[in-house]
Amino acid sequence: MTAPTPTPTPPPPYGYVSPIPVRRAHLGDALASEWTKIRSVRSTVWTLGTMVLLMLVIGLGVAAIAAGEGGNMGEESALPLGFFGMLPASICVITLGVLTISSEYGTGMIRTTLTACPSRARVLTAKAIVFFLLVFTVTLVVAFVVATAQVAMVEAAEPTGAEWARATVGAAGFMAVLGLLSMGVGALVRHSAGAITVMIGVLLLPLVAALFMFAPALKGVQEALFTYSVPSQMIALYSAQPPFGDSGPAGWEALFTLVGVAAVAVGGAYALLNSRDV
Amino acid sequence: MIELDGLTKRYGTKTAVDHLSFQVRPGMITGFLGPNGAGKSTTMRMMLDLDNPTSGTVRIDGRHYRELDEPLKYIGALLDAKAMHGGRSAYNNLLCLAQSNRIPERRVGEVLDLVGLTAVARKKSKGFSLGMGQRLGIASALLGDPEILMFDEPVNGLDPEGIHWIRNLMKSLAAEGRTIFVSSHLMSEMALTADHLIVIGQGKLLADMSMADFIQQNSRSFVRLRSPQQERLRDVLHADGFVVVEAGNGTLEVDGATTEKLGELAAAHQLTLHELSSQRASLEEAFMQMTAGAVEYHAHGTDVHGGGVPEGGPAAPGPGWGAQSGWGPARTPEAGPNSEGV
Repeated sequence: MTAPTPTPTPPPPYGYVSPIPVRRAHLGDALASEWTKIRSVRSTVWTLGTMVLLMLVIGLGVAAIAAGEGGNMGEESALPLGFFGMLPASICVITLGVLTISSEYGTGMIRTTLTACPSRARVLTAKAIVFFLLVFTVTLVVAFVVATAQVAMVEAAEPTGAEWARATVGAAGFMAVLGLLSMGVGALVRHSAGAITVMIGVLLLPLVAALFMFAPALKGVQEALFTYSVPSQMIALYSAQPPFGDSGPAGWEALFTLVGVAAVAVGGAYALLNSRDV
Repeated sequence: MIELDGLTKRYGTKTAVDHLSFQVRPGMITGFLGPNGAGKSTTMRMMLDLDNPTSGTVRIDGRHYRELDEPLKYIGALLDAKAMHGGRSAYNNLLCLAQSNRIPERRVGEVLDLVGLTAVARKKSKGFSLGMGQRLGIASALLGDPEILMFDEPVNGLDPEGIHWIRNLMKSLAAEGRTIFVSSHLMSEMALTADHLIVIGQGKLLADMSMADFIQQNSRSFVRLRSPQQERLRDVLHADGFVVVEAGNGTLEVDGATTEKLGELAAAHQLTLHELSSQRASLEEAFMQMTAGAVEYHAHGTDVHGGGVPEGGPAAPGPGWGAQSGWGPARTPEAGPNSEGV
């Protein structure tokens, strides 16, 4: 019979002291933890792998077509061709950005994570840093490879140093910040499919909506949607002048605009994560 | 040591947890008992700072949970077995937790070994059975070798071997001087493991007492008699003012009497007795009565508080409870030395 045996008297004052030394944990430990998380799930490999593939295949394909037609790029360099690979690749980044946080909600891991690290700010900061650096590095390398190939293949004006910087560092930054925006939305929505849908809507809907705004009364709205939609901003990143009309951001301004939007989303995520029940 | 002070959680107009105040003390297993929906999990989530209380505080060794930089070294929790990323291996699930608390990586292997998951350490936790998932959750709770451990319904879905394992694990952890706080909706399970009992119903504290006191106060005791001269025996008992209940099979049950007294009474009337034993209603029944009261009378729930002064000493539950299934008949005879059969 499994009758309970009388339990021993608790040793005063506090019973148990672990032999494992207590070392003060900080953001660096959270970073190590998040790095383990992001590298140990298959969705990271899939989304980033697809992203690399899309950038390479489309980037080189577009360059090959442009080269075959012997087209005249005018006074432009071949670097803006990188845009064509960037757009579909951004969907992969969006997915990974959302999943970085929403998969924790989907699986219930978030409760374990926040039990282990009760500081929401530390968790979110660590996630953001790890995600940003990963996407930035991968995109930077691939963008550089694609850009080099495009410049070599297509007959066009020799790109300036500033153009090189925007097409590589700028493009990588744009993708990584777009991913951070997705992560912020993922933290706000807490649902993978929902957040990915929201982000794809943010990415494509303004442009699609603008296409069907025929009414003259909506002209202003249409132009604003065209100018500030994410794909237009990507195009703007590659050019020194506003690509559509006289106004709107050009070059680095496109990236800064996105940084502003992402900051709002991530800031909202910080605030809400702190006050919300898990 | 965990201290709750006036902990309250409201969702709109519904009060899930209502001014809970109690302490969970080291060196023993404290059972946290209540029917489904009583607010156990909500309370535990607030204890871990996952949910924000509407009012009241929780202190872990005198500190707020958010003040703990590496909480896994103070408190380990099993909330639900599947609170892990299924696409990640058991090892990596534990590794990322260890890293966030600066726990050496070798500890991951140790706890996996402790819960018996070494063989599947590199397998994705998605494919784990409920029992394996539960073991993985326990491994994560033990990762920081904490002084306080919280388990939310740890035996849910486990096979008898697993239940036995968890029971013994909790006892050995308590014996090392740790604070063990374990929730359950099964009184029979608690009777086997817990030294101290905290019962809630509808978010209110119904009892906070040692298991021995709980048994003492909440299970109805009565004396069972069996006699070939049943008719005469009943008349004699009636004549002496006892309330007699016929329990079938030729047995009589008398409330509020001692075996000594009834034995002497029978002897005085020269009645033959085939059975004279003191009996106690099952704890399951006592628990259901207590929590049903909370549902029925709402605010009067605290009446049961009576002798609920927390006791420092560990309780030794009366023997015999292990034999019962918990789902058995409402009245279960007490076996062993407590029975005073003739």
